[in-house]
Amino acid sequence: MTASPLFDTQEEQGLQSTVDRSSGRSKLIHSLYSRPTSAIGTSIFLIFLLLALLGPIIAPYAENQQIVSDARQPPSSEHVFGTDNLGRDVYSRVVLGARNILLLAGLGTLLAVLSGTVLGLVSGYRGGLLDEGLMRFFDGLLAIPALLFALLLLGILGPSSSSVLMVIVIVYTPIVARVVRSVVLSVKQRGYVEAARLQGERQSVILWREIFPSVLPVLAVESALRFSYAIFLVASLGFLGVSVQPPTPDWGLMVKESRNYVDQLPWTMFFPAAAIAILVVGVNLMADGIKRFLLAPD
Amino acid sequence: MRRYLLRRSGFLLITLLFTSLVIFIVTQYLPGDVARVILGREAGEAAVQDLRAELGLDDPLPVQYFRWLGNFLQGDWGISYSTKSEIQPLVLSRLRNSLMLAMITLVISVPLAVTLGVIAGLNENKPVDNTISITSLSVVGLPEFITGLVLIQIFAFRLNLLPANSSIPPGSSFAEALPMLVLPALTATFVLLAYIARLTRAGVIEELKQTYVRTAELKGLPHHTVILKHVLRNALLPTITVVAISFGWLISGLIVIENVFNYPGLGRLLVFAIDRRDLPLIQAVTLVTVLAFALANLVADLLYAYFNPRIRYE
Amino acid sequence: MTSLDPILSIENLTVAYYLHGEWQDAVRDVSLQIHPGQVYGLVGESGSGKTTLAMAIMRYLGVTGVIRSGKIIFSGRDIAAVSQADMREIWGAQISLVPQNPHSALNPSIRVGEQVAEILRIHLGMGQVAARQYTLELLHQVRLPDPKRVAESYPHQISGGMQQRVLIAMALSTKPQLLILDEPTTSLDVTTQAAILDLIRELIHGTTVLYVTHNLGVVAQICDRVAVMYAGELVEDAPLEELFNRPLHVYTQGLLESVPRLGETKLNARLKAIPGQIPSLGARPQGCVFMPRCWLADESCKERPPLFEFQPEHRTRCHHWQELIDVQAGAPRPTGVDHATLPLQNIPSSVDETAPPVLTLQDLRVHYAISHTLGEFVQRKPARQVEAVDGVSLEIAAARTLGLVGESGSGKSSLARAVVGLVERTDGQVELLQASLPARLSQRDIETLRQLQMVFQDPEEALNPHQTVGSTLRRPLITLLGLSAGEADSRIDQLLQAVKLPPEYKDRMPARLSGGEKQRVAIARAFASNPDLLIADEAVSSLDVSIQASIINLLNELQAGLGTTLLFISHDLGVVTYLSDSIAVVYLGRLMQIGPAGGLLEPPYHPYTEALIADIPIADPGARRAPIRLESETPSPLQKPTGCPFHTRCHRKIGVICQTQAPPWQETADGKRIYCHIPIEQLQAAQPPILKI
Repeated sequence: MTASPLFDTQEEQGLQSTVDRSSGRSKLIHSLYSRPTSAIGTSIFLIFLLLALLGPIIAPYAENQQIVSDARQPPSSEHVFGTDNLGRDVYSRVVLGARNILLLAGLGTLLAVLSGTVLGLVSGYRGGLLDEGLMRFFDGLLAIPALLFALLLLGILGPSSSSVLMVIVIVYTPIVARVVRSVVLSVKQRGYVEAARLQGERQSVILWREIFPSVLPVLAVESALRFSYAIFLVASLGFLGVSVQPPTPDWGLMVKESRNYVDQLPWTMFFPAAAIAILVVGVNLMADGIKRFLLAPD
Repeated sequence: MRRYLLRRSGFLLITLLFTSLVIFIVTQYLPGDVARVILGREAGEAAVQDLRAELGLDDPLPVQYFRWLGNFLQGDWGISYSTKSEIQPLVLSRLRNSLMLAMITLVISVPLAVTLGVIAGLNENKPVDNTISITSLSVVGLPEFITGLVLIQIFAFRLNLLPANSSIPPGSSFAEALPMLVLPALTATFVLLAYIARLTRAGVIEELKQTYVRTAELKGLPHHTVILKHVLRNALLPTITVVAISFGWLISGLIVIENVFNYPGLGRLLVFAIDRRDLPLIQAVTLVTVLAFALANLVADLLYAYFNPRIRYE
Repeated sequence: MTSLDPILSIENLTVAYYLHGEWQDAVRDVSLQIHPGQVYGLVGESGSGKTTLAMAIMRYLGVTGVIRSGKIIFSGRDIAAVSQADMREIWGAQISLVPQNPHSALNPSIRVGEQVAEILRIHLGMGQVAARQYTLELLHQVRLPDPKRVAESYPHQISGGMQQRVLIAMALSTKPQLLILDEPTTSLDVTTQAAILDLIRELIHGTTVLYVTHNLGVVAQICDRVAVMYAGELVEDAPLEELFNRPLHVYTQGLLESVPRLGETKLNARLKAIPGQIPSLGARPQGCVFMPRCWLADESCKERPPLFEFQPEHRTRCHHWQELIDVQAGAPRPTGVDHATLPLQNIPSSVDETAPPVLTLQDLRVHYAISHTLGEFVQRKPARQVEAVDGVSLEIAAARTLGLVGESGSGKSSLARAVVGLVERTDGQVELLQASLPARLSQRDIETLRQLQMVFQDPEEALNPHQTVGSTLRRPLITLLGLSAGEADSRIDQLLQAVKLPPEYKDRMPARLSGGEKQRVAIARAFASNPDLLIADEAVSSLDVSIQASIINLLNELQAGLGTTLLFISHDLGVVTYLSDSIAVVYLGRLMQIGPAGGLLEPPYHPYTEALIADIPIADPGARRAPIRLESETPSPLQKPTGCPFHTRCHRKIGVICQTQAPPWQETADGKRIYCHIPIEQLQAAQPPILKI
């Protein structure tokens, strides 16, 4: 009744958007690979992810296996990235270190995103004193520059992997919560959310069903961004020697330790440093691609 | 405007009070008994107890907090556990060094970054923009220690132009210190440059979409007038805030950079203090840094308000 | 060039945008001519291409737009072929624009005076001093009080109406050969709009004008020739009176009929809505663009109609224009058409007047606190507050419609939100079906929620974009009626049918619905629980008129069928008088007048009501009206006037008493109540502001 039988344009459009919807995920991948920069970034990330998963299979030696006879070797066919002053295979340590940094940064980001999302959703939706108090608290936390805060916390918690994890969660939760909250504030004014309130929907239903789907794209972009900063942070803390302790194959720590021999064994610094640089840039380019895909105006 | 100023200052005060509390509480949980740390492993239990009482460590926490804050405000920042010397002169001299490095960095990077950001923004998605954007996207992500080490490799080891170590001896003149400042400042510039440029670009692109740009164009004004007079006036306003935010970024960066170059600033002092579990020193360094960051934010807020008529004539 | 030569001649112009990877025509094959001194109206709904056409004339189409073919001859030159440098000579000097939405059209960080002066320096070669001097003169000409102060102001310091006056001053400053006005009053309140229209009418004298608008009422008042656009095409083009009296395109006729005429109500006329939807840019029909919605369409319409010339001055792109002439001459309309077959529904002509009211408001107040500044806090000043609703009492009888009219800032939305519980009322009583309603939503039980539902303004935000239509409609059935999922599913079809949507729609996502369809679903959702009272807050305001009419009809039918009581809130007095049984007029949070809808257009009126009626743009070139124009604009709710809140703008103010004392409520014999100091007898003597000649 709305359109003449001769020209059912609505129907045609409808068909098209059904197709679009069913393939949202493959569309993201397609979009990431349609720009050379994000294609390179995504590929880099996937390669490192593979290294992290398959590390022990790929690495020819164990992370702390010392081959005294081969110590201080430049790259060769036997040790493609050379060996360090203790005779450890740099290639193996770099490969095995991928798991360390991706696990710390990935898990830390995930936890921060989860807690930040919950806090941001509830705080933004409920408003009132809870919101006011939480936001002022976060303002205070964010008044301390991130690395300074991280160092302070690591000073208390002591240097270990779990401390680094906690630091990432504590430093990034307020940031994620604020981003989520700002979306909630704009979404909760919309008619469909108010209609749900007038239908007597429970708060959890409103948050999950009515509000959360609109938060998702922004959250995905923020997560990608946080992940790239987390990698950055883990590497920097490793370099400062305040996170994990030797002999863990942490790339930042490897760079720090290699500084004493850099004039004689430059490869011990070059490879872990290059790994950090490539991973960080790769994840950045990927995050930029995700942002372009999810937040670009149609 | 006055109301705005009061509000911002009040907010600053509350923030500082709050962070001082956070810092105080956090440092209370540093592992290890402070008195034990000071006296060393061999000291007798009685001596440790005496020192605890003397340092006021047995008092309730609120008492300790207000005593600490009161002393801090009066300039009594306490004695460092590890160096056994007055903290204030040490921290202030390191602060001077850090500020010097920060200022040089800002002076180089802000004009450069803003120019690059504006050029990129005005040429959105053209080759110039893509080059600037991709470069900054790559550079912005690189941890400072990587950039720093690469610069050391090139300028110190290969070209032998500049020192790799920037541990400026106390009492050096600026001319003597200058060569040692170049590489750390350059490293910090890299980080800041990309960051500010990206945000400036976004601001320009956002502003170009505004309707008033069309009004200005359709008045028949020359294109450069539209850009310089109408667009940039609004687009550059947020960069004041951007620079303030990037100051926090710079502080984080400088902590790492100072450790790469052995530069005697607050960042190096902080890592040293954490290493030694030097509680009063950690508190002092952190609080001073937060204060510097907060002041930078206040200045930026005021500048923003001054240049923004929507706030100035509230 | 003789004076008979057109200033602007558009020949077969096609303009396209690059969208979704292909070129799509926004304006297709349009030709028109504007002669010197003419005020040419360009009318169309959203997506008609009218703004694109206006921008093409200025050759300002952005990066994605391009003139694909055709010519735009402006004083002898083809605009499409002029160099960019020459365009800058034309812009602002020979062709000027008064844009829509003055607030965003001015640069927020440059003083208003300088924004005017720069155009004088560029095009008139004035120096700094002369330009500044002339700016003041221009600001004076557009009736701005205290031009000096305005010139020194930044845009945010002056009101929307004043901003638009500045833009008009700017556009006229160079005495352009062509002035383009693009919806210059659309974002303004009706009283401000009337004043701006007066100003435009006065100042454009002798200037050649292209007036772009969606509002037929505005066109009727200001233009002398009109072109109607639909879906990118110019479908009809005629002198003003000719177009209104003898529309020769089915679309034009439908457009004219879908707006309620003043005096028409749901009791004596059904709005004739145009069925269907405006096609989107990528989905326009190949033949006649209006064919899918046309009741006269047949096989011949698959062929694109040429521009028929009925008279030398009257052209239409409709194959069936001759049949339209017959219909207007009294021939019966063909059957089988949506609006023609549906009879007037059984609207209850009388309601049991003794039945208790469904909704009663007693002295309802909604105040919003403005947060303290530090200074105020230190000085212990009381918190400032906006008194959005400041003591409103009214009641609505069962199965009746109360129309609530007010301009922006009147507090009409706050009132609605306080009743449904989306904001907490500050004070006063609200009774629904004789039961007192708790202020807080969380304290209301499910049965209360069921009884009271609301339809919101913006259809784009009415539906959760991530839920299908069916899933949206299922929730209230489960939560409010306690149906099982299976029972709910069978009810969804009925609901869709009730709002005249096909059952397939339950599987659709909102992104695939048009604005009108979204609002239908929102109405279905509100009616799902069979509420006793439905509040519609500007529910049709953001819809195009052709869609608006069908939604109004739908609301009327549902109400009549279900006996629902309706609180209909709108700024549009025409729509409100059409569908209401009684009408309340609000201003700055207070009721000014309340009474039966039938008597609203007859004196006595509250002076504010009188001005509102006088300011409605009526889609009838023959209508003449009393020139009642209000002083300035609505004061900020933060600085509410004392005494009668309307006294600062009242044209009938009688003296100090209006400033110092709150007026009494006066009641007429037929139940009209007026909040005014002026005795009823004097108000009775007022002439009806609209005099039809």
